[in-house]
Amino acid sequence: MDFRLSEDQEALRRGMRELLEARFDHEALRHGAEAESQGAALDAGLWKELGEAGLFALRLSEQEGGVGLGLPEAVLVFEEAGRALLPGPLVASHLAAGLVPGAADGSVIVTALDLEARTPVEHLSSSARVLVLGTTVSALAPGTLTVRPMRSVDPLSPLHAVAEEDERADGEEVREHEDEHREEDRKGRKAGVYGKAGVEERAGAGRESLQADPVRLRREAMLLTAAQQLGSAGRTLDMAVAHARTREQFGQPIGAFQAVKHLCAGMLVRLETSRSVVYAASVTEDESEALAAKLLADEAAVANARDCLQVHGGMGFTWEAEVHLHLKRAWLRAEQWGTAGAAEDKLAAAL
Amino acid sequence: MDLGHTQEEEDFRRRLRTWLAEVLPELPPRPDPLDWPGRRAYDMGWQRMLHDAGYAGLHWPEDAGGGGATPTQHLIYLEETERADAPYVGAGFVGQLHAGPTIAAEGTPAQRRRWLPPILRGDEVWCQGFSEPGAGSDLASLRTRAVRDGDDYVVTGSKIWTSHAEVADWCELLVRTDPQAPRHRGITWLAMPMDAPGITVRPLRTLAGSTEFAEVFLDEVRVPVGNRVGKENDGWRVTMVTLSFERGTAFVGEVIACQRVLRSLARTARDNGRWDDPVLRRRLGRLQAEFTALWRLTQWNVSEAEHSLRRGGTGVPGVGGSVFKLRFSDARQELYEAAAQVLGACGSLDADHAWTQERLSSLSYTIAAGTSQIQRNIVAERILGLPKGR
Repeated sequence: MDFRLSEDQEALRRGMRELLEARFDHEALRHGAEAESQGAALDAGLWKELGEAGLFALRLSEQEGGVGLGLPEAVLVFEEAGRALLPGPLVASHLAAGLVPGAADGSVIVTALDLEARTPVEHLSSSARVLVLGTTVSALAPGTLTVRPMRSVDPLSPLHAVAEEDERADGEEVREHEDEHREEDRKGRKAGVYGKAGVEERAGAGRESLQADPVRLRREAMLLTAAQQLGSAGRTLDMAVAHARTREQFGQPIGAFQAVKHLCAGMLVRLETSRSVVYAASVTEDESEALAAKLLADEAAVANARDCLQVHGGMGFTWEAEVHLHLKRAWLRAEQWGTAGAAEDKLAAAL
Repeated sequence: MDLGHTQEEEDFRRRLRTWLAEVLPELPPRPDPLDWPGRRAYDMGWQRMLHDAGYAGLHWPEDAGGGGATPTQHLIYLEETERADAPYVGAGFVGQLHAGPTIAAEGTPAQRRRWLPPILRGDEVWCQGFSEPGAGSDLASLRTRAVRDGDDYVVTGSKIWTSHAEVADWCELLVRTDPQAPRHRGITWLAMPMDAPGITVRPLRTLAGSTEFAEVFLDEVRVPVGNRVGKENDGWRVTMVTLSFERGTAFVGEVIACQRVLRSLARTARDNGRWDDPVLRRRLGRLQAEFTALWRLTQWNVSEAEHSLRRGGTGVPGVGGSVFKLRFSDARQELYEAAAQVLGACGSLDADHAWTQERLSSLSYTIAAGTSQIQRNIVAERILGLPKGR
């Protein structure tokens, strides 16, 4: 039994961190946030580079043009992506590698529609294909979806709400949606806010069924999303500690006050507790363990961003400070691939 | 990352399981929790069985009579004994987990011969005299005085939170031998016989109604100088060696016990209809996530300790233990709060219900063995490198 990373795993993690530091640094992050142009295209060049670095093809065999690594390695690189707050449908494109042509090498951006969680679809306008995950797996062209653009709370993640009828058209069992959502859906339809996604077709308009196990894909999506949350939680902890060490009030660094110190300690506890279950779940691929991983990593990312904001005081409340971007992304990721309530329900049912 | 066990470890687990299945049915009935002599006899009887089967002091070094087990084997031992519902270490706690390992590491050959075998055989019980009414979280401020008089130290003061004091033969005692020295440098470690004249033990009743601890008053108690382990005024370092024997395995059994209690809460809730409450169900689902993660964190800490030992290090999991204890203390308290919700008024207000007793006992988890506030200071200062404050 050994939880430590192998030398190869360490090198992989380091490589991804260095790539992101060079290609998506704080300036790039801030620039994206400044632009806040909803629907802005993802950087296709960066996406290709990520593809070349193996972010998407990591788990494909070498014969398939992949790297032949496993889920633990994928978790490590996704943790780095979360740490850098790299935007985009990374999980969807990773899962689509080997299923959707062009996804593996990053030449095609693939986003996802999760019929269970019903989360708005991210980066629809930048994507050439949509991976649809329900009781079956399929892919379709973004332009075939009936969608309503939203002003996304996360300035780097444009979102589209998807109309219910599109899910029915897929012959899926649609779960009962909350009344609130249905009401909004009805009103939106009346006001004509829904329309066909105005995106250029780049990969054909057809809807195709894919030979893939939806249970497995969903579990992997949960874990890779949890890994991103873990990375963000680690980053906000580092930011909080750096600030607490240097910011002085009452003649000493604020980190010398127990009130601040204990906030930071709580952040580390959340980070390490969720890390242990995320890493373990990537090895066991156990369903319950993956649910626990997502639940605790979501909580760590959101609560650490909140505490980081608090440690930063007034500056934490500004657009200029990076921390709000972590909080907003953590909110988005927490809604994707199953919420806390859904995970708790499933874990309880298995008790 | 490798979560599997070696063939050797699996063999160890199988042998232990077989032995447990053989001997556990032969154990006498468990004693009443208030019957201290009965508890001592029961716990020591179990220790004797472990000794005769070669499992005593499993994690002690071999040259001290122990099993020289790796941290992972110790983890497996604690896991299997808990799953089999074997007795807890009980009255043997201080001897096996603190005093014994300290003597093994710091004692003279004669001291090791005198004190270690009776601990392993279950013949002698030790208690711990560290905390004082005025020295709790700030242990190094302890004031119990020991003055040299010929071949004896004459000890006067008082100790508190001493478990098993009523039935102990020996007390591992921290005393102040140099009041002028900086506070960490004037402390000495003594083995005090509990039948010496001048010792008064007064049981402390906890809020749970039990007498788990005692106050120990010392009035000119004579302790032979030969009972000193380590040098005079070097007791703080000697004690830290003791604490470093904790190799991430401190709460293995407890995590597994919590998972069992949680399953039993779910069963009870399904039977009594409270399962229909979605808020309660989610509360239990969340606890399942907590204990899943805490079990993995335990394994992680143990694997760190093992790695450290292999490199010739101390085998101390470092401050990972503090991270774990902070989260686990809260989770255990939440478990018994959830239990109260499962039970409803008639159960949760019934002082005789086992879960009500556990709910009361659980209040100590964020206090005992380093309060959560002290643990947060440790985490913030030693891991995160935040400045020491006042």
